[in-house]
Amino acid sequence: MAHSVRRDAPELPDFSLLKRLARDQLIYLLEQQHDVDKLYKVEHKPILYRMVRGCFLYPLTNWFLFPDVVNADKAFGRFRRYKIIFSPQKFYACENLLEEQGIFGDVTTDEWSFYLLPLDDDIISLELPEFFRDYFLEGDQRWVRTAGSALHLLHSVYGPFSKVYGIGRCSKMAYESWREQVEEGEQRARQAEIGNVFLIDRDVDLVTPLCSQVVYEGLVDDIFRIKCGCVEFCPDVTSSDKSIKVMLNSQDKVFNEIRNEHFSQVFGFLSQKARNLQTAYDKRSGMNIKQMKTFVSEELKGLKQEHRLLSLHIGASESMMKKKTKQDFQELLKTEHSLLEGFEIRECISYIEEHINRQVSMVESMRLLCLLSLTENGLLPKDYRSLKAQFLQSYGIEHLLTFSNLKQLGLLVEQQPGETLTVMESRVGKLVNDKTAGKLTDAFSSLAKKSNFRALGRRLNLVPKSDEEYDLRVPRDMAYIFSGAYIPLSCKLIEQVLERDGWTGLEEVTRMLNGHEFAVTDARVKTDSQRIILVMFLGGCTFSEISALRFLGREKGIKFIVVTTAITNSARLLESMLDNHA
Amino acid sequence: MMRGKPDEDDYWNSSKFKAFTFDDEDDDFTRLKESKRAVNSIRSLVEEEDEEDDVEKVSWSGEPVGSISWSVKETESSIRSTGEVRDQSFPKIHTAPSLPKNSSGYSLSSLFKGKAKTGSFQSFSESFGDPSIRNYAPELRKPKSEYKDYVSDWTPEETVKRMQQGKVYSLEKFRSLQDKLLLLDEAVNAHDGNVITAVLIYLKKSLSKEILFRELITREIALRHYIHYLKEIGEQKLLVELFKSMDRTEDMALMQYRDHLNVRDENKRRDFLKNCLSFPFSPDDATHVQDHYTLLERQIIIEANDKQVESSGQADIFKKYPRKASILNMPIITTLYYSCFYHYGESDGTFSSPANIRKTFRISDKQFLLTCLGARAKLKAWFDVDALFTTKNWLGYTKKRSPIGFHRIVDILQKNNAPVQVLQDYVNLVEDVEQKISLAQKYKCHDVIINTYRDLKDRQQLIVYRGKVEKGSSEYRKIEEILSNSQLRWKN
Repeated sequence: MAHSVRRDAPELPDFSLLKRLARDQLIYLLEQQHDVDKLYKVEHKPILYRMVRGCFLYPLTNWFLFPDVVNADKAFGRFRRYKIIFSPQKFYACENLLEEQGIFGDVTTDEWSFYLLPLDDDIISLELPEFFRDYFLEGDQRWVRTAGSALHLLHSVYGPFSKVYGIGRCSKMAYESWREQVEEGEQRARQAEIGNVFLIDRDVDLVTPLCSQVVYEGLVDDIFRIKCGCVEFCPDVTSSDKSIKVMLNSQDKVFNEIRNEHFSQVFGFLSQKARNLQTAYDKRSGMNIKQMKTFVSEELKGLKQEHRLLSLHIGASESMMKKKTKQDFQELLKTEHSLLEGFEIRECISYIEEHINRQVSMVESMRLLCLLSLTENGLLPKDYRSLKAQFLQSYGIEHLLTFSNLKQLGLLVEQQPGETLTVMESRVGKLVNDKTAGKLTDAFSSLAKKSNFRALGRRLNLVPKSDEEYDLRVPRDMAYIFSGAYIPLSCKLIEQVLERDGWTGLEEVTRMLNGHEFAVTDARVKTDSQRIILVMFLGGCTFSEISALRFLGREKGIKFIVVTTAITNSARLLESMLDNHA
Repeated sequence: MMRGKPDEDDYWNSSKFKAFTFDDEDDDFTRLKESKRAVNSIRSLVEEEDEEDDVEKVSWSGEPVGSISWSVKETESSIRSTGEVRDQSFPKIHTAPSLPKNSSGYSLSSLFKGKAKTGSFQSFSESFGDPSIRNYAPELRKPKSEYKDYVSDWTPEETVKRMQQGKVYSLEKFRSLQDKLLLLDEAVNAHDGNVITAVLIYLKKSLSKEILFRELITREIALRHYIHYLKEIGEQKLLVELFKSMDRTEDMALMQYRDHLNVRDENKRRDFLKNCLSFPFSPDDATHVQDHYTLLERQIIIEANDKQVESSGQADIFKKYPRKASILNMPIITTLYYSCFYHYGESDGTFSSPANIRKTFRISDKQFLLTCLGARAKLKAWFDVDALFTTKNWLGYTKKRSPIGFHRIVDILQKNNAPVQVLQDYVNLVEDVEQKISLAQKYKCHDVIINTYRDLKDRQQLIVYRGKVEKGSSEYRKIEEILSNSQLRWKN
């Protein structure tokens, strides 16, 4: 609200084109090629409606269940022909399964290359929530080419891009895949609408998505879960007997003004807004007929619209406030901030312990444990053992499987005895030159994934000194999205690289992040869209990070476009690690 | 190579956005494809010279094929590739741009071509370490004249590329182990998981598992794809064998343990868990699995018993608070809560008694107290709550102690709707005075506040507080009484 937008901030390109392209292609696919006239959304249960010709929209995560659907039909004596349209890409593994199950002829397949869903003026999602688990946990690169294709699509519609920066193994691979696709296809010279690109792997910064979100949009996502830019507000919010679905994007004028604000500022803003609205309504008194007529025809509709939105967001804020008070949010945040700061860790551990003991939300407990591990470079063996045991007692022993996943990904690990690796690493590092040291670091890091959060925090000033007052009304840096306690590592990296026009001077930082950074310049491209920057998160990004980037953009007079495999938050991220269901 | 789609926008016409045409029934199209293929292969027969160009085109990756060393070697590869950067191409990643350019100026493929032509091929295991040889795939092919049918005369690179683009491909000609592995490594190099898995499926069908497992050990990326694929299609047995052959026994144990989730019947599940006890878990996990088995075993006994008692209507507690769900498959703490709720005061000997559960599962004092407190408070059994904290010292004095702060206890009691009379006892036990007062104010424990101010000799605060309570109420009178007491020496 109080932000002055720099007047020279560039305009964003129009992404509705992407939607149109995708839709046209689907319609073409269905109408021209398959004579389909109706679409059905199908869940994993027998198909009861009669259809001669229909279409499956099926979540790819469960592709291996599809034969069951067909065979269940057959068991009922229903013989149908099926068409699978994979989106965004065909799975060879699935086709093979169809073949093995002897239903290949009954089922035919096609592909709908729908890569990018614009969620807002500056957010584009690949809608691949499974990306995080598939790539980072299972090590399956099935979405890497998809990411490359998405970049290729953006490049051919809004490019060419002049510079690409990136960090992370997957970013590198996605870049390679994109480059290969560019070289395969023909290139057309066009006016570039996007200047630079930044690619980042989610595992470069796992701390940020695990923090509680306190910016309005992030908080709404944490509590009500925004799906595809749409949220369902429960009766509690709407103060009626039914819940309603609302689109949350820049079209919603009220939302647009509060989405990036720290929650503590939202109430004041909303009540001010309500007062203004009242004044506008009050104008009616003392109007003559003619004025009244103009008022009704011109202003009233807008005011009513605003009224509706306002009461909705006030309702949402109240409901969130209530929920958060109930779970002692203040104390939770205090613990989180202590963890980020590395302060009173023992107290934090006993807080987490009690959280587990009282069987409060399982995902929350896990989130705190992971934050502890990430910020402390792993748990002391004795703490790890004791907390794990208590966790299993409280939430079920089958979470052994979850712990194994968290360990595999490096989210929750035991400290290696004596941290011998670090010592060895630095010693060896001094003996040999930088290049070899880089390789060694790689080798070491595969042995023990370390987060190095403290050292990174110091080097990049991620955690401001806590004794200073932080005025949330006039944020001075990106830390405002976490109440001034922490600048998100991901966004700080982006800021630094853009400022330095590359990774020079950040060698120490990238070494601690396990390397895989790159910066390439396409000398052929001369563009004046340098100040429009596309940031792609491989593995998901949070609304808080988007808010932070918007803030950074306002400060620097640039615009960020966030492309992400999915919008994520701590709950989604951790739920994807669960293995406790059949 | 594809049908013309006149209606489509130019953009979608670029090859990669085309639909896949595996199963196209269009006869004309199939014929067209056949002839096109024939034409293509003729060309490669006739124009031997062309081949160099072809290779040149696909050698973009320039990366060594050995996947396990991918991370370390990729630096190297991009350095090497600086030698062949073409000005007109899309920029590549240079990990070490400061290094001098490769002075030779040769392209990668031409280098390798020379090498491969002169040297005869060693056995595969020898050449394994040398990425350059494997990079030059066309030489691995048999002389062209031996082909009777040249339908799928594609190199590993071409095959992988075709698969990525959704074009027709064939894997059958990759018959020697060497060829198969080249194909796999090429797929890994292309960073396309979908293709990697497709190749692995082919290898799974066409190689004995021992050979495949052996080769996968040194190919971390391919291995992880293989494991994920087997997990997805549920080939449990093969996975177990795979882990076993790689000595990943803990993974194997967890993998098998995971299967208990698929066993619905509780008796069968218990038997399954019993069977799990012999798996090679890490020592810590073995204890947990043992607990899991013991827990379910007891839950089955408790459930059978309580169900019977409940339906016979013998026990009041079940009548007053009917069970909402069965206790089967609940966590240990939930079971303990249940036992504190329905089986409080039973002797240690019974499986359902809190003491027995506490001992069997090594539950900490703190945890036990919290759970017990919750259950007894829910039942409003304040006497039991009291007893939880009361300890007698050797002189026989009683004192209230707690392993967790009393402010927490107050919080839990309050959440269970404890009356003020109960609450204030515990608020009184809070050591920190400020915390005590703020809690007392929050829960309206007037006595605690008044007494605390009196003890602090804080007259001013007491007067302030008098303004907050209702006039004429017992609290009000109490404050009046204290304020008028001339014995007290106020500090203000």
